[in-house]
Amino acid sequence: MNEDQRLIQFEARINAGEKIEPKDWMPEAYRKTLLRQISQHAHSEVIGMQPEANWALRAPTLRAKKILLAKIQDEGGHGLYLYSAAETLGVDRAEMIEQLQQGKAKYSSIFNYPTLNWADMGAIGWLVDGAAIVNQTMLAKCSYGPYARAMLRICKEEGFHQRQGYEIMAKMMAGNDAQKAMAQDAMNCWWWPSLMMFGPHDADSPHTKESMQWKIKVESNDKLRQRFINRTVEQAYHIGLTVPDPKLKYNKETMNWEIGPINWDEFWNVVKGNGPCNHKRMAHHIKYHNKGQWVRDAAIAFAQNETFVTAL
Amino acid sequence: MTKFIVRLIFIKCLKAQPICNDEHKNARYNFCLRLADNNLILAQRLAEWCSKGPILEEDLAITNMSLDLFGQAESFYDYAAAVIESNSSADELAFLRSEREYLNTLMVEQPNGDFAFTMMKQMLFSAYTKLLYESLSKSVDRTLAGLSAKALKEAKYHLRHSSEWVIRLGNGTNESKERVQFALNELWLFVDDMFAMDENDEALITIGVIENTKDIKPKWLMFIKQILEEANLQITSNTNSISGGIKGIHTEHLGHLLCEMQYLQRAYPGAKW
Ligand SMILES: [Fe+2]
Ligand SMILES: [Fe+2]
Repeated sequence: MNEDQRLIQFEARINAGEKIEPKDWMPEAYRKTLLRQISQHAHSEVIGMQPEANWALRAPTLRAKKILLAKIQDEGGHGLYLYSAAETLGVDRAEMIEQLQQGKAKYSSIFNYPTLNWADMGAIGWLVDGAAIVNQTMLAKCSYGPYARAMLRICKEEGFHQRQGYEIMAKMMAGNDAQKAMAQDAMNCWWWPSLMMFGPHDADSPHTKESMQWKIKVESNDKLRQRFINRTVEQAYHIGLTVPDPKLKYNKETMNWEIGPINWDEFWNVVKGNGPCNHKRMAHHIKYHNKGQWVRDAAIAFAQNETFVTAL
Repeated sequence: MTKFIVRLIFIKCLKAQPICNDEHKNARYNFCLRLADNNLILAQRLAEWCSKGPILEEDLAITNMSLDLFGQAESFYDYAAAVIESNSSADELAFLRSEREYLNTLMVEQPNGDFAFTMMKQMLFSAYTKLLYESLSKSVDRTLAGLSAKALKEAKYHLRHSSEWVIRLGNGTNESKERVQFALNELWLFVDDMFAMDENDEALITIGVIENTKDIKPKWLMFIKQILEEANLQITSNTNSISGGIKGIHTEHLGHLLCEMQYLQRAYPGAKW
């Protein structure tokens, strides 16, 4: 069978809704796109631990501490599943981490914003995990088996994160003036960046067309974004939060909440590395990765000694 | 409703201990607080590792231990409050006492240091709590026995995890061996404080709520020596020791830990979170 025939067969399988598995033939562009996307997703889970870890020591109650720590732990676990899913495409975790640290691989820009008050823990869970759920529910239907299955597992946990985040916001909105101000502040900080998580508008999205054809994505950025907005606006109003968008209005015909223009300059600025925390996040990752080198070396040396002893 | 709860606590108390006079109540309160404080402070220290582990798996393992210990702290605080029929919540006990009122042992408040230091601290402490909970799980105080039995399972896991690392590091590279030996030398200063006892223990021993915990130290030492031998590490000849945790006299580190932990509760008194 030549390349063309294989491609036809591959696309026929995808159109028939079959899952592609690691050992199956796949076009190089499919493998590359998936590898880029899954590794980016894995890095996002791991880098995303940092802004939340920033409050792990200051969580205000024992319950809040347990919920937050468990959430951060979940995100790390998501990172692990996703690195494994990416490894099925032929690159190991150490190499992916190297690419991240060299700036060759990206992570979600949302984590380049700082967490400055406790309500940011609420906003991240509610908005960032909320947006992630919309995206990941779609990805659970993607054509690559290991990625689709990882998403299915992850989505369940993200549901908890989203509810717990919303609960923090609701409690603060029912609290004193200072708490309400913090909650609104967090809303103002995270609303627009969470809408940007879905990526550029469909017309400006370079990867969308091919990804849709191969069912790496099965819905467009704008469609997913709109679904998230419709869900979230009502939730914000319900607890008395103002959505920081003076142009926001409800369209009775389409039954959509229509938003004002997104500031894409800000988006690209952060993507290019100029967000408030880009430098900090990467410096932190590199610092602790390097600090852990002697531990990893020791574990390897010990494992080798062990094998040596057993061999004797 | 409140009456009902008070009644339940009262019944629990009766069941737990037939001779339930005030002295014994206070002794039990104090004892549970000590258990809770130990767990809380160590949990807070472990949480400092979040996003800073030497490898992702270990980041998660440390967070896991931290979570277990926060959970234990909460249960022991709840029970402490129930024992003296106080309306204090676990959160009030955890977040709204002053430094002088914490009864944790000095070992747990020590800064994390490097990974070897954290694992050594964890091993020395978990080996102690494992023995302690084994003993407490036989207490005539059924609530305390139940909480201890649950905590025991977790302590065993923490002990296994940390002692495996101590052995690995002791037999790893020269650097890891040096680091883990250094940790042992430094932390040995705080070993005696873990076993400190006061009149509360004496009172509880006489009524059988706790066994004579004096037996724990030799058992502990025997176990630790085994692990250290496997890890090729030597116990320091320096016999200095510091104690005071049980009386609320701490090292300089605790105040800073509390500042950070109590920040929101202190900054917004009475706020609900
Ligand atoms: Fe996640
Ligand atoms: Fe999440």
